[in-house]
Amino acid sequence: MKQGVIPDELTAPFWSAANESKLVIQNCSRCDRLQHPPAQDCGQCKSGENLEWKEMNGTGHIYNYGVVHDCPIRLLQDDQPFNVAVIMLDDDPGIQMYSHLPGTPVDDVPVGAAVEVVFEKSANGQKIPEWKVVN
Amino acid sequence: MATGYAPSSMYRSREGMGIWEHKGKVAAVGVGHSPTERRWDERPETSVGAWSIMALRNAIADAGVEPDHIDGIVIVPETTTGAFWPDDKPLPQDVINAFVQTDDPLDGVAKLSVEWLLKNMPELTNINYSVYAPVCMSNALNVAAQAVGDGLAHTVLVLKAWHNLEGRYYQGGQNAQDAIGGTSAIRSLWGAPACYGTALQFAEYCRKYGKDHDMMTPFIINSRRNGLMFPEGYWAQHRPEELTPEDYQLARWIAKPANLFDNDIPIMCAASYLFTTAERAKDMKQKPVYVLNHVDSDAVPRGLTPTLDEVEAECALTGRKIYEGAGITAADLSFENMYDGFTQFHQFHLEGLGYRGIGFGDALDFYQTDISIEGPNPVSPSGGNIGSGRSRFWMHTDSIQQLQGRAGGRQITGVNAEIGVSGGPMPLGGNYTVWSATPD
Ligand SMILES: [Zn+2]
Repeated sequence: MKQGVIPDELTAPFWSAANESKLVIQNCSRCDRLQHPPAQDCGQCKSGENLEWKEMNGTGHIYNYGVVHDCPIRLLQDDQPFNVAVIMLDDDPGIQMYSHLPGTPVDDVPVGAAVEVVFEKSANGQKIPEWKVVN
Repeated sequence: MATGYAPSSMYRSREGMGIWEHKGKVAAVGVGHSPTERRWDERPETSVGAWSIMALRNAIADAGVEPDHIDGIVIVPETTTGAFWPDDKPLPQDVINAFVQTDDPLDGVAKLSVEWLLKNMPELTNINYSVYAPVCMSNALNVAAQAVGDGLAHTVLVLKAWHNLEGRYYQGGQNAQDAIGGTSAIRSLWGAPACYGTALQFAEYCRKYGKDHDMMTPFIINSRRNGLMFPEGYWAQHRPEELTPEDYQLARWIAKPANLFDNDIPIMCAASYLFTTAERAKDMKQKPVYVLNHVDSDAVPRGLTPTLDEVEAECALTGRKIYEGAGITAADLSFENMYDGFTQFHQFHLEGLGYRGIGFGDALDFYQTDISIEGPNPVSPSGGNIGSGRSRFWMHTDSIQQLQGRAGGRQITGVNAEIGVSGGPMPLGGNYTVWSATPD
């Protein structure tokens, strides 16, 4: 079970969109550049003036993965070992998200495979973007 | 005297800066270490403050200078290995009584200020330059070299100390909570341990170049072997155990493809070096080791974790900056002491340097050749963090001692020790020093 999330000012739009089963990513409209994790300023122009949230189409590919056997987070320790993959979004492969790849066997991960976003409840009910391999 | 962090202008971060303006004009002379311990036993004499004082005094004695000749100090104020003193736990009274306190009760226990050190080292009467460097000795060395070169001080102590407390590594705090803040959740909800990012880069490296985890074995064995010849180190002092290939290959996974021995062991320890001008160094007790260049890597990945492409590009850039500022080429390196805690990025550093002519994808094959201290291509003669525990400074001590000819059992014999490079930690984000037995 993933830990619950307490949204803060910076990330609240990301988490409330997730609760509506939508994936949004921070975008600088001046640079036309997405960034994740979100930040106070654009990583390119260094200004916070033009930051907005943009909905993604919810598809991506598995870039890479590891198998976690010794996890520091108490709530996840019962699930060991588990996959932690890095997803690159089709909207912009420079944007990465982590995933436990629900439904994919441990250490049997098809690197490069297409995935689509799903939303999974965490310990306090906050929905979390997760990714499933598209068959 | 208020102490702040060194300004970014002290670092050499860019390519194209030319040869370092103080090349060969700054030298390391003295080396001082504390003992090592796995965790603090809460006695005053083994606190991070006590061991810092010990390391500093050992460096002063080793250099053979009078304490009142020292006019500068560069330290890393952060001392945690990932362990924090609990808010609700009172400090032992005998620890409080043993030292002159500052306003912060954790000073000298779970952090370190210049103020605390000067209050507890009354012999340092002439310090008029003090500055902080973040996180690592590698960073502090860059600052100290630049400070001496710029004439901000002429005789400078550099210090890094580590505390480690009871309890399992990183298992407390936020990781034990049922819910966490939204910003950290974006990175940490998935439970990846510290070695995960490096394990990912290694996994991609293996896929790209057709390598595998077992090919790391000679590097691990070599590192432990060299570490057991490092009398200042943790494994030599507490657990003098050779590693076998089976020990490594059958060890439990932490984040596959990183296993237990791809990680370093968090420990308590402190080390100090005495830096001075090349001119003053001539009159000191030890042979001077000259700084030819120092380099900073400040790259930031675009995404959550660096890709192999980003890692390789930054290591290549770091290699070019190292050589450019020192006015040398890869062929001039007698040895390399790049960082290794985690093991699985040492090869990126080697390949970025083009050490012994290797390119990207070559290092694991290179590990199957003679990389020992007796051979022509010594790799990590210090044994690094893998050989002696997590300090991120063994590689610097070893580089200095190799070039002074006093590395003892670790002294490289297959080549003359003339020029070496050390530094780290991460491929994206590190600091490096080029050392030489001669000033030019
Ligand atoms: Zn921008």
